[in-house]
Amino acid sequence: MPANERRRMSLDWLGVMPFIIFAVLFLIWPTIYLVAGAFQDNEGNLTLANIANLFQPSIMDAYWISIKISLASALLGAFIGFCIAAAITLGGLPAWIRSPLMTFSGVASNFAGVPLAFAFLATLGRTGLVTSFLFNVFGFNLYAHGFNLLSFWGLTITYLYFQIPLMILIITPALDGLKREWKEAALILGATGPQYWRMVAFPILWPALLGTILLLFANSFGAIATAYALTGSSLSIVPIVLFAQIRGDVLQDPHLGYALAFGMIVITGVSNAVYIWMRARSEKWLK
Amino acid sequence: MKTNRIWSWLALAFGIIYFVVPLLGTLEFSLRMRRGAYSLDAYWVILSDPRFQQTFTYSIVMAIVTIIIGIVLVVPTAYWVRLRLPSWRPVLEFITLLPLVIPAIVVVFGYIRLYNTASILPLTGSAMGTNILLAFGYTMLALPYMYRAVDTGLGSIDIRTLTEAAESLGASRVTIMAKIILPNVLVAVLSGAFLTFAIVIGEFTMAALLNRPAFGPFLQLIGANRAYEPAALAVIAFAITWICMGLIQVVTRFNKSLAATKR
Repeated sequence: MPANERRRMSLDWLGVMPFIIFAVLFLIWPTIYLVAGAFQDNEGNLTLANIANLFQPSIMDAYWISIKISLASALLGAFIGFCIAAAITLGGLPAWIRSPLMTFSGVASNFAGVPLAFAFLATLGRTGLVTSFLFNVFGFNLYAHGFNLLSFWGLTITYLYFQIPLMILIITPALDGLKREWKEAALILGATGPQYWRMVAFPILWPALLGTILLLFANSFGAIATAYALTGSSLSIVPIVLFAQIRGDVLQDPHLGYALAFGMIVITGVSNAVYIWMRARSEKWLK
Repeated sequence: MKTNRIWSWLALAFGIIYFVVPLLGTLEFSLRMRRGAYSLDAYWVILSDPRFQQTFTYSIVMAIVTIIIGIVLVVPTAYWVRLRLPSWRPVLEFITLLPLVIPAIVVVFGYIRLYNTASILPLTGSAMGTNILLAFGYTMLALPYMYRAVDTGLGSIDIRTLTEAAESLGASRVTIMAKIILPNVLVAVLSGAFLTFAIVIGEFTMAALLNRPAFGPFLQLIGANRAYEPAALAVIAFAITWICMGLIQVVTRFNKSLAATKR
């Protein structure tokens, strides 16, 4: 019996091998190949020159504008999404609103990519619905007042269309986890509403909040299709620079391309790692 | 409490305006093609464009292939891990999380370098090879959603008892998989499949960089060259996403009511 058991133990792992082989071939090995390439020169010697080359102004600018857009859309998306989620969970709105809103959030958080860019061009583009409405009704020319959809703010507003619903989807369960008794206890002890939020609710929620902001950040940092369809290559965010590099080696140095990809993995990797860590922390309270 | 509710309505109203206006804008824009009157011209132009038909069909086939690969890969693995290798679960969860961490553009960059004509596995050397590579890439993109859906589905049934019962009746592994496990997690599998469909149908980055004639790159091409057709395409794409999400709700509800009547 023990021998039989041991033999079986040693073969059980075979069952997951197809999956592991798939993951290695189409996920892990390609990534490792790029990361290794980022630390090699053309002859295959180890070097840090590619990483150092990232610190040239044009590439640093690309990273900087990517980080700014991702941060702005993550913070705004988290704030607005939190307000809407709080409104439907704690705000005393009719209960039937919740289910359609959650379904819509599921749809909108998946409605990204090229069609999203089209939707915003048709709305806030030069001849879009809102732009012409403002001009025809109020005589206000949006574009003459410095607004441009193909810019930092334009892209941020567009990204919010999938960031806000994602925030609603993730944070609503956390808000549901806030126990009614905590609020009642605080109010009985003489706390005001804002005091309850500041001293009880936020300390419990903040790991969930911060974690979700990081998830939203990584979510928009890696996105390319929307930006590419919206701005072509006129706005040099990192994924667009990398896209151009893959298509035509615009950086004239394949290993610099690897370094660029490595930089993206580092940024999305760190923010996701902190998100997972934060989520584990918040689950302690919100069970 | 009164002011609380006013703020809630304000937040909700803001959300509704922000989310509905772009949809109205897109719909209105898509009807504007004929000068001076609303018409469906943009839709007819798009739907009768042979490139639309070709790329859309290509992406549908791609989505179906991806779903099949995903099911074949994920269901037995998740089942096996729950049944026999619980210690592997964190590893599997970590791997299925990776596609959310590593941007798709980075992964496809790796593909292009690894599977080019000079490599051991020259997948990008032929159209068929590239199609296969793209399908695997899509499977990878959909992995987090597929795995989580199936794993949750497996968690809600007693796979150990089911497996032992089937084994004692002499069922083979394949029979257990196809006739016992799969039907029991069908709702979870379908949810994962519809989500996969929604992701694959308009995917741009991988298809564009692997040079495949998919719907996503076609969308981008139309967007760069036409005025009203993109809006019509956006309306169609939004409708597809809605249908996929709606179907997930339908199968989930159906399952719930079925479970209720069984009890």
